[in-house]
Amino acid sequence: MNRRTVGWVFLRSLSHWDVPAPLPLKSQCRGHRQRSSQAEKHETRAERSGFSPAATSKYDWIGPPDRLSNLRPIIYHIPENETPLERKLRHLRQETEDWNHIFWTNQNITFIKEKEECVQSQLKAKGLSERDEAGRKRTLSSEEMAVFYKYFLDKNIKRHTIYNREWYRRNFTITLLMARVAVHNVWRILAGRRRGIGREKDKPA
Amino acid sequence: MFRTSCSRLQGVWKCLPHDGLVGAIVQQNLITNSSRSHLSARSLIQLCKKNQAEWMTFQHLCFLKRQYVTHSSALCQRARPKQETVTPVLDDREDSVLRQVDQLPNIKSDSGTEVPACDPQNEPEAARAARLEARQWKELKVEYSDLPGVYARLSKIRLTALVVTTAAAGYAMAPVPFDPFTFIMASVGTGLSSCTANCINQYFEVPFDSNMNRTKNRPLVRGQISPLHAVSFALACGIPGLTMLTLGVNPLTGFLGGLNIFLYTCCYTPLKRISITNTWVGAVVGAIPPVMGWTAATGSLDPGALLLGAFLFSWQFPHFNALSWNLREDYSRGGYRMMSVTHPALCKRVALRHSVGLIGLSALGPVLDVTTWSFPLVSLPINLYISYLALRFYRHGDRQNARKLFFCSLWHLPMLLLLALTCKKSRVTRDEGDVAAGATSLAV
Repeated sequence: MNRRTVGWVFLRSLSHWDVPAPLPLKSQCRGHRQRSSQAEKHETRAERSGFSPAATSKYDWIGPPDRLSNLRPIIYHIPENETPLERKLRHLRQETEDWNHIFWTNQNITFIKEKEECVQSQLKAKGLSERDEAGRKRTLSSEEMAVFYKYFLDKNIKRHTIYNREWYRRNFTITLLMARVAVHNVWRILAGRRRGIGREKDKPA
Repeated sequence: MFRTSCSRLQGVWKCLPHDGLVGAIVQQNLITNSSRSHLSARSLIQLCKKNQAEWMTFQHLCFLKRQYVTHSSALCQRARPKQETVTPVLDDREDSVLRQVDQLPNIKSDSGTEVPACDPQNEPEAARAARLEARQWKELKVEYSDLPGVYARLSKIRLTALVVTTAAAGYAMAPVPFDPFTFIMASVGTGLSSCTANCINQYFEVPFDSNMNRTKNRPLVRGQISPLHAVSFALACGIPGLTMLTLGVNPLTGFLGGLNIFLYTCCYTPLKRISITNTWVGAVVGAIPPVMGWTAATGSLDPGALLLGAFLFSWQFPHFNALSWNLREDYSRGGYRMMSVTHPALCKRVALRHSVGLIGLSALGPVLDVTTWSFPLVSLPINLYISYLALRFYRHGDRQNARKLFFCSLWHLPMLLLLALTCKKSRVTRDEGDVAAGATSLAV
């Protein structure tokens, strides 16, 4: 089953779906640790792609744009001594990524589907077949398409407004949390160094 | 036999771009990694032996090299198209050679992935697709050598340069002696403020930019830097920029710079998805830099400053409306509320109205003592031309006319500012005029 089919099945199962509630989703967090024994974490990621980074890599990995949502998935690195703050950040980023992916997949699929329906109905009204004499698909002029674009935009304004507000909130929260983690890490390094210097001073000469 | 076929192939693979890194690596790996390349080399030799005279020529290998480059996304120069492209329309022999080339390890960033040492002819399609996909994954490590390019794209350096040019024009049009220090401080400060505003704009719009063709290669979309890094860069530009404007120039210019950043990031960017008034706010944002240039010179908001701002404000409409006319599909799918999508008639009307308005504004130049009377006359041809294109756009409203209007606006503005500069009212004639007026009043 290729990705497009998966996307269609997914869409049909959410036929009355609206923008997901702004609460964090309980999706399993994707990530990779340096030890390769985290097979269960790789499995959820493998649903969408077969890639798993090397065990020795200490960084996050970013992938190609998803075919449906055009967003790039990230596999997060899980350090050995991950603090609760870092875990919270990773989970939040993962949930935001999944939430974004769902929204945009639905948006793009709906757009393409409705555009196709609009083109078909217009062609039918004109009495034209789907393909012309040369076998190419018929397209409408940009003015005829413009009517559909306006309709689509007006139809989705409420969904977009809710999405925008939630996206801005999540973006700010993630960035603030990243700043906190960065400050916390710097503090840890400095404190560790100072403690190390102190221990050296205490050592007998 | 091994050596000759390899050397021939090496000669070809040297031609591959260094970005692909296959050339150098292939040479070394063919010789050093004998265990891994043993299979591939042997199969290569077999292929060579089979049809040597027929297809293993330099031209054929160049053709294969081109096929490899165009079908391998790692080496592709252009932005990757949305559809999956890895279905080469080659015949079997070339396909197997492609597989040979694919199998050789790619040294770039995913040194972590393992190269399956399986028989290339029997390799399942899924495994091949997985391997090709693995090559597209990149480590999120900041490459310091890439940072200047990343920062340039983040701050939209070309747009920033245009903004600084309009601010410099504003400074030059002001009726005061030229002070190099103030001029440089104003220009650099404006440039840094513009960098900040553009950076924050990109930070806010990551998922939307991913979905639009025009913007999908921006640094934050591609993950070249993290959001925190982008915000830090914005602060690192904004704080010195505003400080430079406030302390090095004057507080009014600093205030205008801060106001501009606020308008762009907190008003225009969110409004783009809420209402069509974003275009008017954006026009104000574009109008402020020349005003800043003028206030940097004189220290006050004179009518001349407002006139220059009005030029930029009016110019924005034919420029932006024409641009957005051809992006209606992307805007609709991305959820951007632009006049061109929701109110097409208004879009065309406003573009025409403001193009004609530019003629009127040019006539105000001598009235406000900014330019001489030659300015409205000299600028009439270009103003008439852009109005004519706006009229055609209004009447026909098609892609071709929109494109023509947009490209005209790109050269119209620099030309207009240049003409204004050449027709600037010199201070000597202005002072003489004042002295004459003073003398007549004394006589009375």
